[in-house]
Amino acid sequence: MPSHPRDGPALQPPGLGPEPPVASAQALIDVHQLQAWYGRRRVLHGIDFRVAAGEIRVIMGGSGSGKSTLLRHLIGLQRPASGTVKLFGTDLGTASERELLAVRKRIGVSFQGGALLTSLSVGENVALPLREHTRLDESTIRIMSRLKLEVVNLGGFQDLMPGQLSGGMVKRAALARAIVMDPRLLFFDEPSAGLDPVVAAELDELILRLRDALRMTIVVVTHELESAFKIADTITVLDQGEILMTGAVEAVRAAPNTRIQDLLNRRPREVQVDAETYLRRLTEEEG
Amino acid sequence: MNVLLRALTNVGRATFAAFSGVGHAAVLLFDALRFALLGWRVGQPLRLAPVAQQLREIGVDALPIVVLLGFTVGLMLGIQFIASLSEFGAQSQVIVAVAKSVTREFGALITAILVAGRSGSALAARIGSMKVSQELDALSVIGIEPVRYLVTPALLAMLVMLPALTILASAAALVGAALYSAPALDITPTAYLLHTMNLLDAGDLWQGLSKSFVFALLITLIGVSTGFSVSGGAEGVGRATTRAVVLSISWIIVVDMVFSFFVNR
Repeated sequence: MPSHPRDGPALQPPGLGPEPPVASAQALIDVHQLQAWYGRRRVLHGIDFRVAAGEIRVIMGGSGSGKSTLLRHLIGLQRPASGTVKLFGTDLGTASERELLAVRKRIGVSFQGGALLTSLSVGENVALPLREHTRLDESTIRIMSRLKLEVVNLGGFQDLMPGQLSGGMVKRAALARAIVMDPRLLFFDEPSAGLDPVVAAELDELILRLRDALRMTIVVVTHELESAFKIADTITVLDQGEILMTGAVEAVRAAPNTRIQDLLNRRPREVQVDAETYLRRLTEEEG
Repeated sequence: MNVLLRALTNVGRATFAAFSGVGHAAVLLFDALRFALLGWRVGQPLRLAPVAQQLREIGVDALPIVVLLGFTVGLMLGIQFIASLSEFGAQSQVIVAVAKSVTREFGALITAILVAGRSGSALAARIGSMKVSQELDALSVIGIEPVRYLVTPALLAMLVMLPALTILASAAALVGAALYSAPALDITPTAYLLHTMNLLDAGDLWQGLSKSFVFALLITLIGVSTGFSVSGGAEGVGRATTRAVVLSISWIIVVDMVFSFFVNR
């Protein structure tokens, strides 16, 4: 039996195909036939997606692939137009306010730009979930938030305001806030985006350490290939609102699918538009 | 035909947007009050610290400018009424004219316009920039309802502070009028103010105060709903801030007119 999901075999043979089986009892995230629309444009085409406890799942895809929309559904910021999104067995589409709050206390989210509250100091940002959801006394809250800042190598920065931090520090502070309640499930939106390679590599190491030390299940949305291959146990490749494949790192690398290979090898897609459609698009009235 | 169709489409869109804006504001008001009264039942209790902070920002910080403007408006009314009433030999009526117009009208109106420019725009800018930088999303996923965290404290503080500031502005205006008019009437400022007190009844004060409650609702709801509707980055935040001020002041003046019409018939 593999000691770690990374050591296990590919979850699915390379190529197009459905999500590999993960026992429902183990799955912290269970998405079934999720569809999402922006106006008349469908951005997710019936996604099936499951993440087992303890794994690092990377959702990879190019711009416009639907990965950010999928993430917004996973963290409950958007309700499904159709299909279901279950976290810890709770259907986010039908959950009551109380149930949704209970789920949110068990997840942490680190946004692409950090999304630290600019009116609060770094320490206050990290302490915010504890202040809102626990009855801990102020000194305990202060110690716990400083502890999490130490975990992300930001010890001593608690009194600075977010505007005084560099891009990498903002992401680490956001990570400290995301893990301050010791969530079982951690979501990361583009952890490496906008960072220099060294800082990005440090953040990748941090994600791996967190999983090992705190036994978290981590979902990372990224288009950074290097980062994805370094941290993932399993990769889900998304393109144009569809899952192309889900598999272990090597399986994804070896996938024969041209759209996956285009993504991995940074080959531009050929956009084919027929002349009539092109002319109609140029000349049609707005409104 | 195309032009007519386009014009009708635009009118339709604008009407729909206006109704949807009113609907959005109504939902925000309902949610803000729900969290204030029953938030603890759904794990979203009202925190006193943000309310205190909003009380300070909306009320205490605005105190000097409100008093100064109230005083200036009172002085100006004194000058105008003395000048126009003396043409009819009715100079002595300046006291009642100033007293009624300040307590019923100008105290509430001037304060509301000032607070709309100061705090209404700040609310729109704060919420708008938080939306653009995903801070609202961050609050939601932390399990903090943005309406409870941002709107409820602002609404409660506005409902307390706008009437309080209106009272102060009215008092400052009466003092300003007294300082200018008393010498012209050959009485002391103290006598002027005592005479003012005798002329005013509870209805005059209540008219100004009840308007200020309505203005508090308008300023808060327009500020926050404009902030929540921001799109398009920093430029969008700037547009929303301007829009919040223009909409608030326009609505304040229109509602004031309607209010005055019905109350003084």
